[in-house]
Amino acid sequence: MITIRGMNIDLRKFQLRNINLEILENEFFILMGPTGAGKTVLLEAIAGLIPLMNGNIYIGERDITRLPPEKRGISIVYQDYALFPHLTVLENITYGLRFHSIDTTNAEKRLDRLLEVLNLFGLKQRFPVNLSGGEKQRVALARALIVEPKVLLLDEPLSALDPNFREEVRGALKKLHQSSNTTFLMVTHDFAEVLSLAGRAAVMNNGRIEQIGHVKEIFEKPASPFVADFVGMKNLFEASFHETYAVASGLKIEIGRIVDPSSNYLAVRPEDIIISREKFSSSMRNNYSGIITQINNQGFYYEIAVQTKDVSFKGLITKGALIELGLEEGIPVYVSFKASAVHVF
Amino acid sequence: MRREPFFWITISCGLVIMAFILLPLIQMMSAPSAGMLKETIRDKDVVRSIWLSIYTAGLAALISFALGTPLAYLLARSTFRGKRLVESIIDLPIAIPHPVVGIAILSVAGKNHWIGQIVSELGIRIMGSVTGIVTVLTFVGLPFYLNATKTGFEAISPRLEKVSRSLGATMSSTFFRITFPLAWRSMLIGLIMCCARAISEFGAVVIVAYHPMIAPVMIYERFEAYGLKYSQPVAVWLVSISLILFLLLRILTLHKVKEA
Repeated sequence: MITIRGMNIDLRKFQLRNINLEILENEFFILMGPTGAGKTVLLEAIAGLIPLMNGNIYIGERDITRLPPEKRGISIVYQDYALFPHLTVLENITYGLRFHSIDTTNAEKRLDRLLEVLNLFGLKQRFPVNLSGGEKQRVALARALIVEPKVLLLDEPLSALDPNFREEVRGALKKLHQSSNTTFLMVTHDFAEVLSLAGRAAVMNNGRIEQIGHVKEIFEKPASPFVADFVGMKNLFEASFHETYAVASGLKIEIGRIVDPSSNYLAVRPEDIIISREKFSSSMRNNYSGIITQINNQGFYYEIAVQTKDVSFKGLITKGALIELGLEEGIPVYVSFKASAVHVF
Repeated sequence: MRREPFFWITISCGLVIMAFILLPLIQMMSAPSAGMLKETIRDKDVVRSIWLSIYTAGLAALISFALGTPLAYLLARSTFRGKRLVESIIDLPIAIPHPVVGIAILSVAGKNHWIGQIVSELGIRIMGSVTGIVTVLTFVGLPFYLNATKTGFEAISPRLEKVSRSLGATMSSTFFRITFPLAWRSMLIGLIMCCARAISEFGAVVIVAYHPMIAPVMIYERFEAYGLKYSQPVAVWLVSISLILFLLLRILTLHKVKEA
């Protein structure tokens, strides 16, 4: 559907380097990455709002690299809504219709459907200044979708919203995606959004794409230390690899398989680490004793830092487990994890 | 609650400034008798000069509008090498002493300069003509229009224009449907400032065109020839008419703000 080949962009503040990306028809594709990674620049380039230094963008077979934004059939929704403040909700939503040849009955059908799915019927005559954040974002979505774009670009559409609005708009997004032929490309920081909406995703850093793949793949098999760190691989160590084990700062870690000896890092997700008071008797090949150095409350979970003789591990446990095990800073515990939970880069 | 001395300092400074601005103006406005004012406004020369003042200032504002709007938009929307320099050049007319402006324009419009020769071959006269007056007034008024309009454009998020483009609007459609409706108030304020500056110009005009006589030149001439008493009534009329015009425009714009 969207194919980007060898794209480079040079702005004063940002640079995109050698972007190659393929997004399938009617896919919900997510773009992740830290602030300043170039995600918005990439979206605006796809929409034709930023000139490319070189490379090409295709929609289907058609090369749209030199096409002006109004001819691309690509809508964009921004985090700050960008509603036209001098127009009512209805005028905002129907703004794009006049530039497309759509007969009136068809247009009205589309309008009614969007007003219904996004629950905007009561707001038609209001001005944007009188809307809540969630309402504004729903209007922005309706405005973008009424022209039935081939592609909808969403630049962190939920991150400025309160948590309850966020879920509501997220639900609407999912529904709209399922009931349309439009390809969705969304930028987000929020893993809950990634997991609930996306099929495939890409992680960007510093103007480059670090990894593209199914969401599960990215979370479970990060392709680079950066991606591992970004998606939450807290236990990331520099290591040397020998046969089926690795040595990280003097600590021998079983990995149960032979890996490329030129690898430099290994990582274990905190949720794959088991913390116990007694030595854990199971098939887990990696068991280490250590002392709790820190307990961080992270809402639903507690992050426990355990210092073993050589390295420090971070594990996640529930509050219930924390109380049951009577964990406190300074007490001795055991850290265990499976050989298969070790990721190697 | 006991106020701190700082509070009283701010209040008293404010009062001093108000008095400093208003006292001379009120004194001048109230000096001429009703009879004198009536007699003055019957004088065809006075009416002609006030009208000339207003319409040359209006023309200067229109020219600023036509020429300045695209440049203001460019400056608000893009960054380029030398942008600071362009902005400083735009501000130059504000800083130059007024007679110098007149002299500078004459030195280009005169017969010794190729521009002056071309202009005169086209049958356009700058020296001592309405064209000359409008040229001078545009020169001094343009920066005010440009700066106000540029600020207005800058206040509009470029994302609104980007969204409009992505929805199918061309660049010009986007300008007329989104940018202009959001910026016209700043543009109008720019026009008023430009006009106000143009109406008050004397030093540059007097060098380029003593005749036909705009109101400030006439006021000066009467002051020189007959003294304070004879120049005051013309001044009163000029100030009152300009004030009424500006007030009307302001009221119109404020009215619109409430609607939105």
